[in-house]
Amino acid sequence: MSSKLQSNQQLNQQVEANLLHQHELDIDALQQSLQSIYSGAIDFADIYLQSSVNESWVLEDGIVKDGSFHIESGLGVRAIHGEKTGFAYADAITPAALRQASAAARGIANDGAQATMQALQVRSQSERYQPLNPLPSLDEAAKIDLLREIDAFARSLDPRVVEVIASISGSYDEILVAATDGTLASDIRPLVRVNCTVLVEQNGRRERGSSGGGARVGYSYFSDPINELPRWQTYAKEAVRQALVNLDAREAPAGTMPVILGAGWPGVLLHEAVGHGLEGDFNRKGASAYAGKIGEMVASEHCTIVDDGTLSNLRGSLSVDDEGTPAGYNVLIEKGRLVGYMQDKLNARLMGVEPTGNGRRESYAHLPMPRMTNTYMLAGEHDPADIISSVKKGIYAPHFSGGQVDITSGKFVFSASEAYLIEDGRITAPVKGATLIGNGPDAMAQVSMVGNDLELDSGIGVCGKDGQSLPVGVGQPTLKLDALTVGGTA
Amino acid sequence: MTPDINELNREMKDVEQAVAEALDYAGKLGSSAVECAISRSRGINVGTRLGEVETVEFNQDGALGITLYRGQHKGSSSTTDLTPAAIRAAVEKANDIARYTSADPHAGLAPAELMATDIPDLDLCHPADQSAEFALEQALQCERHALKQDERIVNSDGAGYSSHVGYRVYGNSHGFLAGYLQSRHSLSCALIARSGEAMQRDYSYTVGRRREELWTPEQVAEDAAQSTLARLDSRKIATAKVPVLFRADVANSLFGHLVSAISGGNLYRKSSFLLDHLGKQVLPEWLTISERPHLRGGLASSPFDQEGVATQARDIVADGVLQTYLLTSYSARKMDMQPTGHAGGIHNWEVTHQDKSLQQLCKEMGTGLLVTELMGQGVNMVNGDYSRGAAGFWVEQGEIQYPVEEITIAGNLKEMLCNIVAIGNDVDLRHGVRTGSVLVESLRIAGT
Repeated sequence: MSSKLQSNQQLNQQVEANLLHQHELDIDALQQSLQSIYSGAIDFADIYLQSSVNESWVLEDGIVKDGSFHIESGLGVRAIHGEKTGFAYADAITPAALRQASAAARGIANDGAQATMQALQVRSQSERYQPLNPLPSLDEAAKIDLLREIDAFARSLDPRVVEVIASISGSYDEILVAATDGTLASDIRPLVRVNCTVLVEQNGRRERGSSGGGARVGYSYFSDPINELPRWQTYAKEAVRQALVNLDAREAPAGTMPVILGAGWPGVLLHEAVGHGLEGDFNRKGASAYAGKIGEMVASEHCTIVDDGTLSNLRGSLSVDDEGTPAGYNVLIEKGRLVGYMQDKLNARLMGVEPTGNGRRESYAHLPMPRMTNTYMLAGEHDPADIISSVKKGIYAPHFSGGQVDITSGKFVFSASEAYLIEDGRITAPVKGATLIGNGPDAMAQVSMVGNDLELDSGIGVCGKDGQSLPVGVGQPTLKLDALTVGGTA
Repeated sequence: MTPDINELNREMKDVEQAVAEALDYAGKLGSSAVECAISRSRGINVGTRLGEVETVEFNQDGALGITLYRGQHKGSSSTTDLTPAAIRAAVEKANDIARYTSADPHAGLAPAELMATDIPDLDLCHPADQSAEFALEQALQCERHALKQDERIVNSDGAGYSSHVGYRVYGNSHGFLAGYLQSRHSLSCALIARSGEAMQRDYSYTVGRRREELWTPEQVAEDAAQSTLARLDSRKIATAKVPVLFRADVANSLFGHLVSAISGGNLYRKSSFLLDHLGKQVLPEWLTISERPHLRGGLASSPFDQEGVATQARDIVADGVLQTYLLTSYSARKMDMQPTGHAGGIHNWEVTHQDKSLQQLCKEMGTGLLVTELMGQGVNMVNGDYSRGAAGFWVEQGEIQYPVEEITIAGNLKEMLCNIVAIGNDVDLRHGVRTGSVLVESLRIAGT
């Protein structure tokens, strides 16, 4: 939303050189390969080229024990006929690999009449992040120093901190996609991440706390001041705080009760309870609890939920998706009413709608699918303090470790890693982590108060679907569900 | 379209040569120790849905990983590009990284005397037809049969068949260099049934190193249909404390948590609920877990682990007493112990079972919950706190009454493992942990 628009009618020349020219390929070669696949029996085909490098450095026991570096490049060719997809890939970018993969992918359909594809053409796209390589944005010695500083700082915060694991990682991805619908697009995607995990011990009881963040930027992001502290210090403080809270946690209650979720990362609720169920593939197939419900109320009137890949520099943001479609700001649920699904090209075409910029793939060796970017609920009008004081007996959960959903039945779980009892409108004792379970549409109908404190998560989300992992973002304001099942032991 | 085993063997020899060259190059760069692994696989993965072809994917995956030591300084790198130039670049990158990491007194290869000396043929590679035609026919046949089972099966999430062959080569500067071929074939089917407005999905699958040992497409279809239909009209139940019976296909997860709890990485970080439990009771006295790494054709069989350490048959738990931790060379040095051949995981655990069917276990439970699905990651390894989403069946007086969903089960793993009351003879052979259904004394269920 806040990203500057740039007319960019040319492929990024660096990407074109790295992914094509270096391998004796050019745009004409892609056009010819696509044309060779395209016939009356093939509706659509695309070629995806990718080169990526990533690194990570880990500190433990006060020393940087290991550093690792990974390099990967390859191409994938996909051909679609109706609902059928043929797919082949190669872990090398060569003219021969392109020929072989194209021939294998097109085998999905019998020969038909030759048709002429759209000429490849670059369209304008907005840059949602700088096309930079984060890996050299800090030299190796400085990366190691940062980890040492995190270690020393975390240990200085409390004598009960007995172990610190700090890590820094970065990746740099260049992609290029060309398709028979004329799409020709490139993207350069930086991504960095820092994490701090601490173990605290008191009277023989041990608890862990973990915090971190990241974005599509260079490593200097972690030194930017947040309330006058370098950002990495906020991670260390948060990890220590969470671990210490859990030292005092008592057994969590069991049963159905009012639940207040904190702002930010607890938006994992929306990712599981709503997001996956609104991905186009599940709905085209009628496999989702939300299938066929466009226009119906699927949440309380307080809920407006969007998937937004356009936010500057965020972990889940994209300039273009992996099919070359510009990322979008897509309203999924508006005041409780279902208004749209997230689509890739295949499912959009079969459902007679437009792609929404949600066609994503883990790599050239994986098929694109409709996937989330940054999924969040818009702010409401309530002061978070008023939301807390409205609950007589329930729990308040500001931190979660992750979740899972069964798309078809709508059942979802997510696990609190920090939670408190609410008694007579006040947050009282911390309770142990517990799993919360509900049914997407039913749970969302229970949302009765939405805070005015919308926050996005700090840049830590990884979403898995069909074995493919992708970076995503989530967010929400503080919100209250009148009834949700809490899986404690008490 | 069936890969030729002699050709695979020749290709693996070439890859062994590539590993040897990488090790040699690392030596020339001045490393004091180095290890390198390359694994490759190729095959096909197809999906069908509602009687039509949905995807045909031709897979070919490969990667090299190298870890190099300059004294006690460690560096690692990996690449999917296996050309000689890319491999040399990966070695150089690992060497560069080792210039920046700190000296770690515990870093290094596994001890030379523990390397596997003869590599037994474990019968792990049985290539099968990888043609799209054959693969699609398997999936189509399975799904067709499934959709015929009951009119309440209104939709399909598809059937899939995959068949892959490949190899793993590992070498290190002790002079160890070995590889072995492996194959894996699987068939799966996921169905959607409807009752009123509510839909339920469930699935079944079969997997094996030999295609011939897979269940027939009809067996997979019928199992998937039965599971899906049984879920229809699920209810929530009231919050209670009752015995819980984990069906075999989810019971292995309990032993999976045991694997984490006795793994060196969690132990030396003091992040396990079973710290200092070697030689102590962790399971009931009647329970033994044996590891069989050399089981011929076993899904989790392996002649050596990811550090070249010879794997060996042993009891992990005997009469309820923990016999060994699971240690890589690194965690072994941290704990002043010996590596156990578990770099990369466990190898075919066989859990004691009694001569009782699932039905008999239900009888033994009396009134309680039979769990057939677990959701989420609510396990705290540091203290053993356990809270997960669940679905299954409510059982009264030994008889299944109705399906149950949208509940959680919670307890503490340390207690849950000690409170295992019985294990059935319905052993699930599709996992690295082979166990029957597991009856646990009493857990908190959160529902309405």
